[in-house]
Amino acid sequence: MSAGKIDPMEQFKVEPVLGRHLDLFGYDVSFTNSALFMVVVFVLLAVFMAGGLKRQLVPGRWQVAAEDAVSFIDNMVSVNIGSGGKKFAPYIFSLFFFILFANLVGVLPLAILPGLHTFAVTSHITVTAVLAFLSFGIVLAVGFATHGLKFFSLFVPHGAPAWLMPVIIPVEFVSFMVRPFSLGLRLFVAMTAGHILLEVFGSFVVQGLNAGGALGPVVSLLSFVMIVGVSALELLVCAIQAYVFALLTSLYLHDAVHLH
Amino acid sequence: MDHTSAMYIGAGLAAIGVGLAALGVGNVFGSFLEGALRNPGAADGQQGRLFIGFAASELLGLIAFVVAILILFVVK
Repeated sequence: MSAGKIDPMEQFKVEPVLGRHLDLFGYDVSFTNSALFMVVVFVLLAVFMAGGLKRQLVPGRWQVAAEDAVSFIDNMVSVNIGSGGKKFAPYIFSLFFFILFANLVGVLPLAILPGLHTFAVTSHITVTAVLAFLSFGIVLAVGFATHGLKFFSLFVPHGAPAWLMPVIIPVEFVSFMVRPFSLGLRLFVAMTAGHILLEVFGSFVVQGLNAGGALGPVVSLLSFVMIVGVSALELLVCAIQAYVFALLTSLYLHDAVHLH
Repeated sequence: MDHTSAMYIGAGLAAIGVGLAALGVGNVFGSFLEGALRNPGAADGQQGRLFIGFAASELLGLIAFVVAILILFVVK
């Protein structure tokens, strides 16, 4: 098997679109493929919502889909944040649908048309960490604005005996501070792992066909079947990871608004 | 043992942790299904907690995957 080594990490390379670099005061602000696909996600989401804003009394299918999307988020926010949660619905809506569309656009197999590789925006820790710290920042801002210094009572659970406090408070504090990292890491690794898996099976297909012989095409066929199966699983993982990100953000907001 | 072999063996060992997380995730969904088959009416209300449990157990498996990736691609 003398085929060239295929690097599964090469698909995550962020590079300027069409090779045009842009420099501003020494900072590289070129329009990268990552930025391009964020614009694509935004346009798709805007088109989806704009198409559903017809306000017919008896809604057509597109309007029903847009209304379902909004009521899904409204339901999640009202169940998980409770009273005083409705004002967070726009943020949770944007968060959930940006992550969902970004995940799905990244999995689209458009590369059948040569050169049209989609880029998974959320497969970079830079993007997911910003989203996670944005959520965490909103939690902190809401918590301190609503409760002031009493927000620190979040680390002291009700009904715990006083002698356990020196143990519980550091543990609770650490598990609170880990939240933004775990939120960003979960989405990032789920997407990266899925894409690496797809790339590895893709490389098996190519190397099997190159090797020829008796077993080459068999390996290619089996790997292709695995690609189809893993892509189906990836669709599920995209949706679940977007839902989990929004759900956990809602739960952290519940903690901030209600303090247990 | 030279550096490269130790790296690859370490990455392989870290990937065992991902398999252990698979046990954990299967446990979460299995317990949910068991309870849901006994009391189907209460199942839909608990779906939120199902996904929270899934997220928590999957995160630990993903951390093991990150350790393997760090060893393979970040360690010189």
